[in-house]
Amino acid sequence: MKNKNHARLKRHAFSFTVLAALFAGNAFAELAYVSNEKDDTLSVIDLASLEVVDTIAVGKRPRGILLSGDKTLLYICASDDDTVQVMDLKTRKIIHTLPSGEDPEQFALSPNNRHLYISNEDDAIVTVVDVQTREVLAQIEVGVEPEGMAVSPDGKWAVNTTETSNMLHWIDTTTLKLADSTVVDQRPRHVEFTHDSKRLWASSEIGGTVTVVDVESREVLTNFSFKIPGVHPDKIQPVGIKLSEDGKRAFVALGPANHIAVIDANTFEILDYLLVGGRVWHMDFNADESLLLTTNGVTGDVSVIDVADLKVTKSIKVGRYPWGVVVTPDA
Amino acid sequence: MRQTLIFSLTLLVAAFPVSAMDINIGYIQWQPDRGPVLSTTIPEPEDSGLRGAELAIEDNNSTGRFLNQAYQLDSVTTESPEQARSELARMQKAGIDLLVLNVPADLLRELTSAAGDETLIFNAGATDDDLRTDNCQPQLLHTVPSRAMLTDALAQWLARRQWQDVFLIVGPTTDDKAWATAFHRAAKRFGVKILEEKPWTFNADLRRTASSELPRFTQGGDYDAVVVADERGDFGEYVPFNTWLPRPVVGTQGMSPEAWHRSLENWGAGQLQSRFETLAKRPMNSSDYAVWAAVRAIGEGVIRTKKAAAPVLRSYLLSDDFQLSGFKGTKLTFRTWNGQLRQPILLVHPRALVSVSPQEGFLHQKTELDTLGYDEPESRCQIREGNE
Repeated sequence: MKNKNHARLKRHAFSFTVLAALFAGNAFAELAYVSNEKDDTLSVIDLASLEVVDTIAVGKRPRGILLSGDKTLLYICASDDDTVQVMDLKTRKIIHTLPSGEDPEQFALSPNNRHLYISNEDDAIVTVVDVQTREVLAQIEVGVEPEGMAVSPDGKWAVNTTETSNMLHWIDTTTLKLADSTVVDQRPRHVEFTHDSKRLWASSEIGGTVTVVDVESREVLTNFSFKIPGVHPDKIQPVGIKLSEDGKRAFVALGPANHIAVIDANTFEILDYLLVGGRVWHMDFNADESLLLTTNGVTGDVSVIDVADLKVTKSIKVGRYPWGVVVTPDA
Repeated sequence: MRQTLIFSLTLLVAAFPVSAMDINIGYIQWQPDRGPVLSTTIPEPEDSGLRGAELAIEDNNSTGRFLNQAYQLDSVTTESPEQARSELARMQKAGIDLLVLNVPADLLRELTSAAGDETLIFNAGATDDDLRTDNCQPQLLHTVPSRAMLTDALAQWLARRQWQDVFLIVGPTTDDKAWATAFHRAAKRFGVKILEEKPWTFNADLRRTASSELPRFTQGGDYDAVVVADERGDFGEYVPFNTWLPRPVVGTQGMSPEAWHRSLENWGAGQLQSRFETLAKRPMNSSDYAVWAAVRAIGEGVIRTKKAAAPVLRSYLLSDDFQLSGFKGTKLTFRTWNGQLRQPILLVHPRALVSVSPQEGFLHQKTELDTLGYDEPESRCQIREGNE
């Protein structure tokens, strides 16, 4: 009797999923794409139902993912295939690949929607590719183990972090030459410009700190660390950073501390710590920034944060070692 | 693609003029012949250690060129202690005061004294505990883990697995006995009981007779694991699968505590592994790692202080500001009392990582890494204060 009920319940749940999948095509639903580093797949989450509606096979060891400016294409770093794959979001098919240099891990697209800056972790190089002509425009030598990559919203600067050299490398986007290097704390992982292009936020994973740099002078404005009661300081390893569009809030993913720090982006005061899944690395907002999604590598799930309430509302099981996440309007 | 690369390299040279600062690092290696051993099929690479220095110099230079710093390595693999002494003298004459020594404890102490107080020396070859507890030298830091750190890492794991009753086999050399002494201390600290301890006395050829000799030899009590103390790798390789009881073998063979191993890929370690393999055409081992960490620590010191003078670097490395990202999931720092580099210890078998110590649950008021090896109150050394 018990079993029968269970089966019926299951069938019910199944038809619900199918229904949700059908409705995923509806014009208002946003979707989140999550790269699963150890499964060679992307999970697609419908943000209306908060369920995984599709799993797409992609290249080997997918890590960094990002959207084209017109939001029709998804760029995927297939690290172990030494390529960047380009997926059409309508058909969810890989339409071509870009020459990326070896072991691409993270990348950033210029606001001109053409120049893609790619970190080649094994080669100590940043490769710049024109996504239209699919040609390599430049390869710029940087420090050891390039990782984080960001282009300023005004398009003037591309900044790369090198994990072993512990530097921020400033690339002038007009000359595609290295203009300056800033030493930061151990193992810088991620960089993010403020929306006005005036400041750069950088996380140092092993240093346990976040550094904020004034872009114009390239001087360090502040450098701060985190304290979570009951969590050993060595476990607090900042990686992903997201800055809200209104310039008020910053969210920093703290890796094996399994928390997201919520920070006042102007006073740098830490407002809250939100408990999410195990080894949290990267994040993305939905379009109106009411939701923030996090990738939790060890627990293999995505946490959903209600940004207004600063509450974690759900965790969604995805593939093994989710790495990056990108939210798209319906496609 | 190739053309763009050459082009950007030229730009780089143009953008960064002649180095303002030269940093010369000396590396001296002498490891005595380990004598005739039974297990000779997989020899240790002869350039163990040296290749770690070469990689770290590359790493330092990749960073240093953005700061007008150029690192050079003066490395020698010597054939005798005499040659090591004369090479040290030659390097000192050439003005080198930053040195990495991959030599046994006695020679290390002698060379460190000969080099004098105004140098900074890294021990990358001697695991002897007394170098960290009684015979500390202020100018000497250790990047190689001590025997106590290795055996503590192992005993914590045994305790965590609740394999607390062990059978200990101790080889005949002084080093084997020192390893066993360290294991005794570790066992006591973490509640592991040595049910039986036997010295290794056989001289039969175990390649032929292991399956008949070893089962009888390992009779004695209902142990959970067999622990082997055989540092030079004489008989230990033949113990696994030949024990009286069907039990795992750990220690210097079987599952072993190591500073580094090819099987580690977490925490970005895969990056270091692949850079090393490109350079050395072989996997990185613990000796390479100890030397790499020493040369990288010098690099970090120079990058942060913008100075290359040994006393300046020494006080920076022993300060709270120093930290090294060593691909083991946590920052590495030096113990201020004895100059030992704190570091997690890997527990590995030849083709996989089993665990990383400190094990969860072994707490420490300052850092859990200090549950491995001699903590401040247990050591008679105070090298930081001694020099200030």
